[in-house]
Amino acid sequence: MTANNSASASSADTPMIEVEGLNKWYGDFHVLRDIDLTVGRGERIVVCGPSGSGKSTLIRCFNHLEEHQQGRITVDGVTMTQDIKRIEQIRRNVGMVFQHFNLFPHLSVLDNCCISQTWVQKKPRVEAEKTAREFLERVQIADQADKYPGQLSGGQQQRVAIARALCMRPEVMLFDEPTSALDPEMIKEVLDVMVELAHDGMTMLCVTHEMGFAKTVADRVIFMDQGQIIEQAPPETFFNNPESERTKLFLSQILGH
Amino acid sequence: MTTRTEMIEARRPPDMRRGVVGWLRANLFNGPLNSVLSVITMVLLAMMLWPMAKWALIDADWLGSTREACSGEGACWVFISARFETIIYGFYPDPERWRVNSVLAMMTLLVAWLAIPRLPAKRWVGAFALVGFPILAYVLLNGGHFGLVEVPTREWGGLMLTLTVATVGIVGSLPIGVVLALGRRSQMPLVRSLCVVFIEFWRGVPLITVLFMASVMLPLFVPTEVEFDKLLRALIGIMFFWSAYMAEVVRGGLQAIPSGQEEAAKALGLGYWRRMGLIVLPQALKMVIPGIVNTFIALFKDTSLVLIIGLFDLLAIIRAGLTDSDWLGFATEGYVFAALMFWVFCFSMSRYSQYIERRLHTGH
Repeated sequence: MTANNSASASSADTPMIEVEGLNKWYGDFHVLRDIDLTVGRGERIVVCGPSGSGKSTLIRCFNHLEEHQQGRITVDGVTMTQDIKRIEQIRRNVGMVFQHFNLFPHLSVLDNCCISQTWVQKKPRVEAEKTAREFLERVQIADQADKYPGQLSGGQQQRVAIARALCMRPEVMLFDEPTSALDPEMIKEVLDVMVELAHDGMTMLCVTHEMGFAKTVADRVIFMDQGQIIEQAPPETFFNNPESERTKLFLSQILGH
Repeated sequence: MTTRTEMIEARRPPDMRRGVVGWLRANLFNGPLNSVLSVITMVLLAMMLWPMAKWALIDADWLGSTREACSGEGACWVFISARFETIIYGFYPDPERWRVNSVLAMMTLLVAWLAIPRLPAKRWVGAFALVGFPILAYVLLNGGHFGLVEVPTREWGGLMLTLTVATVGIVGSLPIGVVLALGRRSQMPLVRSLCVVFIEFWRGVPLITVLFMASVMLPLFVPTEVEFDKLLRALIGIMFFWSAYMAEVVRGGLQAIPSGQEEAAKALGLGYWRRMGLIVLPQALKMVIPGIVNTFIALFKDTSLVLIIGLFDLLAIIRAGLTDSDWLGFATEGYVFAALMFWVFCFSMSRYSQYIERRLHTGH
């Protein structure tokens, strides 16, 4: 891996992601306001909040799918700049899973998992396929490796998307509402994979409305509203004794019935 | 309330009427009105098609080499067969025609090789078709090297010239069009404006104007020592003209790809050219195959416009034959034959594109 060059100072005691004074605007609209956040190695964080609160935008800043205007983001010791080499270096260390899966429909499941290994990590095809099959096995979908994404169910597609991200052996995984586009029957199979990943010690940042997942897996729950972090706490405290009125209102709305 | 204890087994669909009779019943004679309409249509068709078939096939004269061989009742295909070599080779000197034949054979072989999925080594054959073959074809056709007599392009003509212009146009306009389409969507203002200006300029000018400019105006602007070949100038004009159209077709495809595709590719660490080459373009181009082939077909037919700058393509050479004093009065045969030739090439492209579309379909 080329990640550990002079620009990177990664070691066990530096945080995985460090965000200081982050601000972002869409035109005149202030989407992220003075965000400070530190994500430790192996930490599992659930980000929740009403729609439009900026939670997706926040995690999309961590691999530069969104550009921020103020503040500093450091991922695994590498500080984000405009430099495309630097950005791509960070992206190699950050896996992402999207709400709408975003699998490549013209490539088979196996090729979806091999493409970045072959072209970014420059692995030989045989080795890339081996890694791909290993991770497809882990998300329990190895038997579908030769199918195309369009032939799979939503839950299966999302598991392939997780395997595809893991094939790059990232240091941190970002989940952007991974179960929101799924039929209720399929949510569990995806959450099971995510729980297993959490138990393996992966650093995870997860934007989700699955409060059950937050309770069982998260080390910390972050509540956002209007582009700011309103409250962050371990799940027991967050769900049982929330401090802010805004959080209480939100929880009463999503846990009401 | 009821509860089902046994699940229902899947059953075969009910029998439909099959075969020719069943089809005729269902589609042409499924009621008194439709039966009457079907009969009337068939009678009208027969009334139109019969004289055509009688003229073109039954009463036609096929054998011979002079106009005396034609009775004059039906079509005189002797007119075509007597001039066949000219129609294919134009004024290309007789002893050198093997060179045209070899290039045509090589091209047929390459196209067939690339078109048939089962044949191996597509990458190498494709690379040769794009790089080696044009050089080889130029050396063979133009001559002047390796002991080959030079045949200046003004002696080229007929089907051979049409195919040269069409092939260069098709092979050149697609890649230039793709680059222009990407450029038009670029984040860099300079690149974007250059592409927009290029596309809008060539798209805003009629092809005839482009050809006139290339053959008449251009020599006025460049010093007389610099001499471009007339055919070369026409080829460049045609290539740029059609690449502007191609760019807009491809851009349509690029815009239809959801932004999530590029985001996922970015998140995996793929750089711009890989994102485009591996993820976005394969999907976008597949989506616009109908548009691309439409442009190819239009390009193929519009090659006949080169006749206005004095190049003798397939159509022009047939027209030239009409004024031959030995063969006056066979314009219909000439034009029908020209139409047939153009139709065969265009229809093949259309069928092949439909086949490719089915083959590339991955169920989404």
